Amino acid sequence: MKIALKALISATICGQLWLASFALAVIETYVFSSPDLELRYHQLSQELRCPKCQNQNIADSNAPIARDLRVVLHEQLEQGATDDEILAFMVARYGEFVRYRPGVDRNTVLLWAAPGLLLMLGAAGLLSHFRQRPSARSTDVTEAEQAEITRLLGEPRD
Amino acid sequence: MRAKRFIPLVAFAVLAGLLFRGLSIDPTELPAARLGQPFPEFAQLELKSGRQISVASLAKRPALVNVWATWCYSCRVEHPYLLALAEQGVPIYGLNYKDEPVKAREWLAQLGDPYQLNVVDEEGSVGLDLGVYGAPETYVLNAAGHIAHRHVGVLDEAVFQRDFSRWFPAAASVAAVGSEAEQ
Repeated sequence: MKIALKALISATICGQLWLASFALAVIETYVFSSPDLELRYHQLSQELRCPKCQNQNIADSNAPIARDLRVVLHEQLEQGATDDEILAFMVARYGEFVRYRPGVDRNTVLLWAAPGLLLMLGAAGLLSHFRQRPSARSTDVTEAEQAEITRLLGEPRD
Repeated sequence: MRAKRFIPLVAFAVLAGLLFRGLSIDPTELPAARLGQPFPEFAQLELKSGRQISVASLAKRPALVNVWATWCYSCRVEHPYLLALAEQGVPIYGLNYKDEPVKAREWLAQLGDPYQLNVVDEEGSVGLDLGVYGAPETYVLNAAGHIAHRHVGVLDEAVFQRDFSRWFPAAASVAAVGSEAEQ
């Protein structure tokens, strides 16, 4: 009973936190001609970075420039622009900086390759670690030792 | 096996070096996406005369494009310096960014007008095409009408001498003499 109550409380808190994360986004009303456009609006506005405030996407930012970019995003979606066209429009004006998922180029290739490289480095480290230490972890025992072990384990406890 | 002991130390040294380097990088300094490109096309009104102007209204010689607004405090700070530059013959075009034309005209009447002309950009659409994200910003247009440099923030003597003077060699020497005379 107690456990069920605890679970219920923590689930409620989690749910509220989850809802609160939506409240962070700036509240504005845009009218979309289709739910699909609205979905793309939310995806793109979370992927586009505010040039002024830098560590916020344009969905969360209150900066005037972020508002302008949201207006442009809405306009372009309604005009039937593809995601690629919209991203190209933004990048032409604000650079790759404006994307939270920048394209692969000279400046970002290290960024994109880093997770793979680090994973390989880690794997290589682990591999060499286990290859060098098989003897240290050896469980070979001599016959005398085995006899001693058997005797100790076999001793009745009283 | 001894060398292995130093791996953490080396890793630490490399990381510390990278982080130390990071301290001297200004994250607010963004590369301008429009560098080397022609000034974007526009069709707007001129602030004082009210006539229609376009990118063709900007003369093909090195000039500054200053993004300003009456709501921008830093613009007030840099205004006297723009007046000094204009006096020394540096052509300055204004982009009156997301401002009210009435207020902007008042500002120029009160504080002086360093601008050859002012593009009225109430909606911020020219600013958007230019990649402006705040005011003040100052761009250099080269003789071909291409964007050669961008400065974000207040333009002052030190910034002008460091980053702008190569496009305005005549004004640079005059500006230097002018600031010495002031001291």
